[in-house]
Amino acid sequence: MESLGVLLLRPLDTYLEQELDRRCRLLRLWDAPHDRRGEFLRAHALSIRAVVTGGGSGAGGDAELIDALPRLEIIVCYAVGFDHVDLTRCRERGVRVTNTPDVLTDDVADLAVGLAIDAPRRIPHADRYVRAGLWKANNGYYGLTNQFSGKRVGIIGLGRIGLAIAKRVEGFGCPRTRQQAYPNYTYLPTVVQLAAVSDGLVVACSPKEQSRGIVSREVIEALGPRGVLVNVGRGAHVDQPELVAALAEGRLGGAGLDVFEAESDVPQVLMALDNVVLAPHMGSGTRETRKAMADLVLANLEAHALSKPLLTPVV
Amino acid sequence: MTPPAAGADAKPLVLLSQPSDSGLTPVMEGQFRFVLAADADAATAAEARVLFVPGLRPVTADLIDRLPALELVSTISVGLDHVDLDACRRRGITVTNAGATFSVDSADYVVGLVVAVLRRVAAADAHLRRGSWATDGDYPLATKVSGKRVGIVGLGSIGSLVARRLAAFGCPVAYHSRAPKLPPCPYTFFPTVRALAADSDVLVLACALTEETRRVVDREVMEALGAGGVLVNVGRGGLVDEPELVRCLREGVIGGAGLDVFENEPDLPVELLDMDNVVLSSHKAVATVESIRGVLHTVSGNLEAFFAGRPLLSPVAL
Repeated sequence: MESLGVLLLRPLDTYLEQELDRRCRLLRLWDAPHDRRGEFLRAHALSIRAVVTGGGSGAGGDAELIDALPRLEIIVCYAVGFDHVDLTRCRERGVRVTNTPDVLTDDVADLAVGLAIDAPRRIPHADRYVRAGLWKANNGYYGLTNQFSGKRVGIIGLGRIGLAIAKRVEGFGCPRTRQQAYPNYTYLPTVVQLAAVSDGLVVACSPKEQSRGIVSREVIEALGPRGVLVNVGRGAHVDQPELVAALAEGRLGGAGLDVFEAESDVPQVLMALDNVVLAPHMGSGTRETRKAMADLVLANLEAHALSKPLLTPVV
Repeated sequence: MTPPAAGADAKPLVLLSQPSDSGLTPVMEGQFRFVLAADADAATAAEARVLFVPGLRPVTADLIDRLPALELVSTISVGLDHVDLDACRRRGITVTNAGATFSVDSADYVVGLVVAVLRRVAAADAHLRRGSWATDGDYPLATKVSGKRVGIVGLGSIGSLVARRLAAFGCPVAYHSRAPKLPPCPYTFFPTVRALAADSDVLVLACALTEETRRVVDREVMEALGAGGVLVNVGRGGLVDEPELVRCLREGVIGGAGLDVFENEPDLPVELLDMDNVVLSSHKAVATVESIRGVLHTVSGNLEAFFAGRPLLSPVAL
């Protein structure tokens, strides 16, 4: 694929970038200053046949970009979520799209369950408390939190990641409920009903238009002042202003959040709370998984260049 | 004021080894007459059959020997390293502890620490709260939890619950114990802590602190654990050679640590405060509403059983 012109929208991973540079004709969008990007795209439009994006809000792949690249054949996402890509426009233009499912399932599930424990058990808060000298200043006092094991865990979205979360949660003797039909787990037809019977709610659904705002004010109220919300899906799944208010006012017990409405913009109010754990969208942020994701991106690009079947197509 | 009449209505006497800072004694005050051992007059000291230990301050041979009628020492903790067990043995005194009351919360906390250390949850949260996600970008890549080899020192009540939890994360589990567990224990046994460490990516300490286990994690064990290895301790600070731990972390001999306990709480080596591959915690693995409620049940159950001549709930073999 040495002749394949690939546009990388932003720095993602050193290994991926080096391989792209070595094996393709790589162009880096950030070589152009922000206000000259349109010019950059126009200058290179005829040679760009592939675009590589990251994930999360603002990752690129919108209609404007697609329209600026008349020779575009494929968008390869270094992410499992592809909500940042305009799939309708891709279908219209015959542009293929791939993502990186499966290779990051374990990492996201590990983090989700880690957040589900670290938030109510206040582990990061204790770390800050000790580092600030407060454990010593308060003569060894900390205070009590709530047990995790045996609590009812509701999972929104029982796809690959949701199932991996359920498997881990089983090890803690937590009864599982979820908002999707599956044998052996109790199914609730609406998210509000799920929240009403859960002590902890984990959002693990894929980013579709129907899931936008699925964790609404009503859901948050049903979860209640002792409930904990964990989100490893998308910030858009949750009514964020409502979530922030509920946490600050004690109407929701706690939260573990890896994703936000607009990353990396985290509301100041959240940053001051002890009952939340905040993570900078690192669900797949391990060396092992990012290498596997990079290899999958490269394998999809190579398959495309050789006119072979794509490994993990979305469109 | 008329002194309380002796007889069927009199509440049984229980001495306290230290003031109770956990709020338990007010709840049990309806059932027992609590007197601080340090405040007990000669008659009270001579009469006392039970000593309740509501904290971790040392219970010395000196204190035990001042109580000639002592038959039972009942602790609120599961650890007994602060009690002079030799003195208890010598006097034929029975000891009860918290039993398995705290095991679930301890095991959950271990898992929370393992994820927090390997995935840098605490450090990344701090990065975000400092505003660095917005200015400096993503937190550097961490390492995967699933599939890491977990070695548990002490496969007792806590250790076996840790094993079950981390096995569900796809971690192969091995252990060291005084003796191998009988089948069908699915985990691999290692005859020494060093051998276990050599075959582990995460070394979890879930054993009691005794003369045999004091500083069991020394430089040799940490070198065996290795540069990619992580130590998690919810047992006692005394299980680890703490100055050596600091050196090993600084030199990269081991890759990180999750520490809920320290040799001299609430003091800890100041060098740890600058390290972002370490998660520090304020000895709170068992500090939940549920555990405190549970241990109240255990302690009052033990005391009631003792005074009624019934079998104790959680006696410890000395």
